[in-house]
Amino acid sequence: MRYIRPLSIEDAVGQLAGAVGPAAILAGGSDLLVRMKGGFIEPELIVDIKAIAGLSDITETADGFRIGAAVPCAVLGENAALKKAWPGVVEAAKLIGSKQVQGRCTIVGNLCNASPAADSVPALVAAAAKAVVAGPSGKRTIAVEAVPTGPGRTSLAKGEIIEAILLDKRAPHAGDAYQRFIPRTEMDIAVVSAGVNLTIDEAGVIKAARVALGAAAPTVLLVEEAAEVLTGRKPDEATLERLAKVCSGACRPIDDKRGTIEFRRKVAGVLAKRVATTAYQRAGGK
Amino acid sequence: MNFDPRFSGRNFTSVGTRPIRPDGVDKVTGRARYGADFNMAGQLVGRILRSPHAHAVIRKIDTSKAEKLAGVKAVITAADLPDLTDGDTAMYDILDNSMARKKALYDGHAVAAVAAIDARTARQALKLIEVEYEVLPHVTDVDEAMKHSAPLINDAIFTEGLEEKPVKPSNVCKRTQYGHGDVHQGFAEADMIVERSFKTEQTHQGYIEPHACVASVNADGTADLWVCTQGHFVYRQHCAQLLGLEVSKLRVTSSEIGGGFGGKTHVWAEPVALALSRKAGRPVKLVMTREEVFRASGPTSATSIDVKIGAKKDGTITAAEATLRYTCGPYAGMWAEIGAMTAFACYRLENVKTVGYEVLVNRPKTAAYRAPSAPMAAFAVESAVDELAKEIGMDPVEFRIKNAAQEGTRASYGPVYGPIGIGPTLEAVKNHPHMKAPLKANQGRGMACGFWFNFGGQTCTDLNIGMDGSVSLAVGTVDVGGSRASLSLVAAEELGIAYEHVKAVVADTSSLGYNDMTDGSRGTFSSSMATISAARNAIKVLRERAAQMWDIPVDDVAWEKGHAVAKGATHGNLAPLSLKEIAAQSGKTGGPIAGHSELVADGAGVSFATHICDIEVDPETGATRVIRYTVVQDAGKAVHPTYVEGQYQGGAAQGIGWALNEEYIYGKDGRLQNPGFLDYRIPVCSDLPMIDTQILEIPNPNHPYGVRGVGETSIVPPLAAIANAVSNAVGVRMTHIPMSPPRILAALEAEREG
Repeated sequence: MRYIRPLSIEDAVGQLAGAVGPAAILAGGSDLLVRMKGGFIEPELIVDIKAIAGLSDITETADGFRIGAAVPCAVLGENAALKKAWPGVVEAAKLIGSKQVQGRCTIVGNLCNASPAADSVPALVAAAAKAVVAGPSGKRTIAVEAVPTGPGRTSLAKGEIIEAILLDKRAPHAGDAYQRFIPRTEMDIAVVSAGVNLTIDEAGVIKAARVALGAAAPTVLLVEEAAEVLTGRKPDEATLERLAKVCSGACRPIDDKRGTIEFRRKVAGVLAKRVATTAYQRAGGK
Repeated sequence: MNFDPRFSGRNFTSVGTRPIRPDGVDKVTGRARYGADFNMAGQLVGRILRSPHAHAVIRKIDTSKAEKLAGVKAVITAADLPDLTDGDTAMYDILDNSMARKKALYDGHAVAAVAAIDARTARQALKLIEVEYEVLPHVTDVDEAMKHSAPLINDAIFTEGLEEKPVKPSNVCKRTQYGHGDVHQGFAEADMIVERSFKTEQTHQGYIEPHACVASVNADGTADLWVCTQGHFVYRQHCAQLLGLEVSKLRVTSSEIGGGFGGKTHVWAEPVALALSRKAGRPVKLVMTREEVFRASGPTSATSIDVKIGAKKDGTITAAEATLRYTCGPYAGMWAEIGAMTAFACYRLENVKTVGYEVLVNRPKTAAYRAPSAPMAAFAVESAVDELAKEIGMDPVEFRIKNAAQEGTRASYGPVYGPIGIGPTLEAVKNHPHMKAPLKANQGRGMACGFWFNFGGQTCTDLNIGMDGSVSLAVGTVDVGGSRASLSLVAAEELGIAYEHVKAVVADTSSLGYNDMTDGSRGTFSSSMATISAARNAIKVLRERAAQMWDIPVDDVAWEKGHAVAKGATHGNLAPLSLKEIAAQSGKTGGPIAGHSELVADGAGVSFATHICDIEVDPETGATRVIRYTVVQDAGKAVHPTYVEGQYQGGAAQGIGWALNEEYIYGKDGRLQNPGFLDYRIPVCSDLPMIDTQILEIPNPNHPYGVRGVGETSIVPPLAAIANAVSNAVGVRMTHIPMSPPRILAALEAEREG
């Protein structure tokens, strides 16, 4: 096994592109090390990206925020501007693992681990976040929902690294929120989860909405029909009930050790209602 | 030495205080040595290859490639552990469980092992071992396993305990029955009858420290084993028998223990480590991974239980009956029998009958788990008792008080009770402020009772007095819950010296006579009895030495408050001699001063507890939160109240986990789906409220200080207390443990749909 710590993204991409055996990217390592210790993977090359300039920074730009791939989730919570603009994304990132894990783990790692139950991903999808991908043929920017293609699988090609996540500058009267269902209070994986991002007008009517569900299908679901239910309305009881119904219907869950199909369907709807209500309040709606 | 173990009332000086535990500083600074902290020069890393199949014939194992790998020093299979059990079927089962001989009987069953120079080489070597399996149909569910059509796990098993010997083998290895009176007549007299069926899933003890040992077999036939265990003498016995060693040539040293709860009363990998060391000629360290701990060690039974209880309108129970089916894993056990004995032990019943069925399944060999088998039986019985109280229209506490067992009651499992604590715990609960605290919407309160036998057993202790007057106490019961502090208090009490001058250690198997293991809540009960006896023997020597120093007859010397006191008119002006003063002169008065004790600690007093639980249920998701929890339990005499409270809280915490989320989940392929703490959900700290405790002290007449074991009973009531609370919160009677959110939500939905 070879461990390298390149100083530039070009070097990292080159090393990964030229790797002969299995290669892995190391940021926080909270998935990689567990998988290695469990004997699930035995990489021959490990590329630590934490020394690459800029990858450990959160930058506020004219367009919004740029979050480097090596920024630990705990650091997201320490950035007041980001927390104010995207509280749903930050609260999702701060649910991963434990406090100790949050000091290491990253949202890019969470995205590339490609678990349908990843906590930060539904919030990022609801937030319409984008991923900046560096690869052997240059850079491209894609929607985060285009990254995972199935459990443990991504659309990234050999040699490609996500170097940053982009979040838009916040419009006024906008809010987002995320919740997951776990049987315990912490240190757990979502049985099912929901992220909602809303923009409202002066009268409190929802102008734009994005609703995403986690652990409800092989990849995180962006439920466009749910957005349609919310758009042009206030989240009154009838609207929320319709939202719940649409979300439950959109699920394509499985029975597994964490929950049943029936449970995930039902609770996806319950969470969507609760999360939409929180997002609406954060947008300034009453 | 004649020792009188009977209770005699006294005023205590040390016993009942709460000093800091002697092992505390090492534990909080990380210096304490647990199983995996032992190391030897030249030690190898041992790893075990495990069956991926739930049930399969092992056709062939080819280890040749692994043996050729550089760095591999030994590869073993069952052939390296020849059968020396000589018809002892229980030992044969332990041998077969350590290393499968003909068939792999569960997912995770050991089939081969390697010792190599490092972990990486050992892991590679495992991959090079080729095992040819013939996969057989399997069965993991208790009710499925009892069907005639079920795959047969062992064709030599014919159900014992039936009136006629069966002609066909079966997965039911034994039927047992307990009770007295005539239940048919009793049910005929009842005004109300509740009849329900219950299921509980399999749980693991969940000790934080995985099994770990270092084994070193020498060329001269002697061997050492350093190991994390609840009973190093028992491990010595088993390993010596399985390896063909002389018992006294195998020295076993127990490490600090990061939890056992019954799971470390049984050898798993230790015989394998010894066999690897014997073959490699070097020490071998073997540490299980968490996955191995779940797949191949520990768990308690999964159960299926039917309960029927009848009562008159005035609240008198007229008859009680239960059928209990418990999984044993693939080997015979007596788990259902224990369930059948404990099920109705809290009550005074004229007509009672319990039947237990021991059921073989393709799951890991069942091991003891804290009051083994009692929590599931209590869940079924206490749920039905609560429901019956409701039907009659009686308060559940009053209903239990009316039917509670008392001194002189013939227990449902046979014996007649002496003074017992079930009535007092119920009275204490009735008067507890918790019972009157207000509840909010979606919150409910439940209560339940629990019983455990407790155990005494063989015990041996040495007490040595140093020349500076300090005392070292060598005990043979592993300290799982603060017993070194408690036993030091007992030694200090008996000798009349300060706790700080006593140092208790757990001695290795070459330093002390045989001790049964720390199970059955016996650690403090039995070792305190032996410590009192050893101290009294030392006091006899101290009196003799004082008599010698004074040159007066020993009969004129009494022992009072840590001093020899001369009695009688002629010695009136002799100043008392302290223990320290006598010890300082010991070299001149006959040599070292010590007290020894070996005994069988009979008369462990039975133990009862009653718990109260408030729970909140989210009716939209089935999520639960324990809001408040109170444990009331009889300790006989709490030697160190802090550790008694710790036992009460620990049992309740484990019971809460079991009740709400913990379970073994098997796939259709018979493989365990959740062998890790991520998906085997024990409660984390934030899941639990502060667990309140109330210690009652109803002296055990068979212990000098009145001590009863306290370690296990606290896990018995929680399953039922929580189920009763859920029922009171949202109106659904949960009959399947754990009451995980999907199960509660499904029950609520079914209720809403009518």
